[in-house]
Amino acid sequence: MSTYGKGLLQGLAVTWRNLTRRSVTAHYPDVEPDLPPRSRGVIALQEENCTSCMLCARECPSWCITIDSHKETIPATTEGGRDRSQNVLDTFDIDYSLCMYCSICIEVCPFDALHWSPEFAYAEGDILDLTHDMNRLREWMWTVPAPQALDAGAEPSKELAAYEAKKAQEDAG
Amino acid sequence: MPEVVDAMLRCLVVVAAFMVLPLVIGQMEHKAMAHMQSRVGPMEAGGFHGWAQLVADGVKFIQKESITPAAADRKVFELAPAVALVPYLVALLAIPLGPFFGQGNLIGQDLDLGLFFVLAAMSVGVLGTLMGGLGSGNKYSYIGGMRVAAQLMSYELPMVLAAASVAMAAGTLSLVGIVQQWEPWWLLTQLPGLVVFFVAGLAELQRPPFDAPLADAELVMGPLTEYGGMRFAMFLLAEYAGILVLSALTTVLFLGGWAGPFSDHVGWLWTLVKVMGVAFLVIWARVAYPRLREDQVNALAWKVLVPVALAQVTLTTVLVVA
Repeated sequence: MSTYGKGLLQGLAVTWRNLTRRSVTAHYPDVEPDLPPRSRGVIALQEENCTSCMLCARECPSWCITIDSHKETIPATTEGGRDRSQNVLDTFDIDYSLCMYCSICIEVCPFDALHWSPEFAYAEGDILDLTHDMNRLREWMWTVPAPQALDAGAEPSKELAAYEAKKAQEDAG
Repeated sequence: MPEVVDAMLRCLVVVAAFMVLPLVIGQMEHKAMAHMQSRVGPMEAGGFHGWAQLVADGVKFIQKESITPAAADRKVFELAPAVALVPYLVALLAIPLGPFFGQGNLIGQDLDLGLFFVLAAMSVGVLGTLMGGLGSGNKYSYIGGMRVAAQLMSYELPMVLAAASVAMAAGTLSLVGIVQQWEPWWLLTQLPGLVVFFVAGLAELQRPPFDAPLADAELVMGPLTEYGGMRFAMFLLAEYAGILVLSALTTVLFLGGWAGPFSDHVGWLWTLVKVMGVAFLVIWARVAYPRLREDQVNALAWKVLVPVALAQVTLTTVLVVA
């Protein structure tokens, strides 16, 4: 039995199946999307952690981070102690019109000052407004979710293993 | 005086149907096509599932500038949308909707030559696209126009033959007469004719999968390339009015028009339901099938539809005479 005309029927069948099923459209403005963990929406800055080490600005492939800082001297707290100096941020701008969301800045930061937030709705009418200054970047911190829990049966993190080994040693010793 | 009022009323009803039903079909196309492609289609305009999308489109089209290209044949170019649209309105005048709550038949004008009249009007509608293609002064439009001409030549014959088969079986050219003569077993004996008529009608309207003249990917909408604003909207409306006329004609000729339970009262509803069903098939064919190549279009007409239509006519002749 040849299958002459089978394709014609298949065309009708496929479209009919789609018609009778629910569409896959995401109704975004009406329904907030269900984002996967570790979604890259916007970069948040924990200003207090930043030491102005410039690693992020230097590693950024699209040169979208601008950092400016000055040194402040913290007077010695004890008599005869040494004054300490600390870097204080003046400027920390991320230009999201340049950012390519590669996450290198976040991975390179040694002090956990940068974090991904899943917030994505920060479109602007003017491209200049896409440059977020450090106050705005600090505000995004409130939207940073807790780290994703490990999958069931996953290897525990190396940090945790190291911590437990150290603790066991201390208890024994 | 009452005759004048009666005529005015009928014209008003026909014009109202002409304004509303194509939009209903257009909206159905938006939504049905979207869902067949796992989308949702318009959702915003008008609030409820985008019911006012076509109204919004119309408002947009009105605001647009009407441009006539310098190279265009001005009069032909400007007249073409009207030539495409008006014949369908004229054709609609002669198509019966059926008994209206025992008040007689709902029809613009019952013509003795109704079938002939409607088929003639439908063919004139295609000339509008042809004029647009030849008058635009654009190569794409010109090729599109040539394809329209080829398609018109090929598909007019099987369409008329299929219609003639029904007219022979009914023994009349009046559309009301044909429906009155219609019997359910015609669904079987006239089935090849039904298929030929429907397919040829699709081709005549240049609906996908027979939209080689428009072929937006290769000919940039062919005859419609240079049109914009209100003129383009008229072509669009003509397309949907064409679907309406084709569906109505298929219903009246092959599906028994208003035949159905309680047809003395709600016959017109039966006709509308059937028309919408056929219109749905037109939309379904658009979504399900890819566009035929130009040579395939003509091969289908001459190698398949014409022989089938001739066989149908022969079969009908035998049945009528026997």
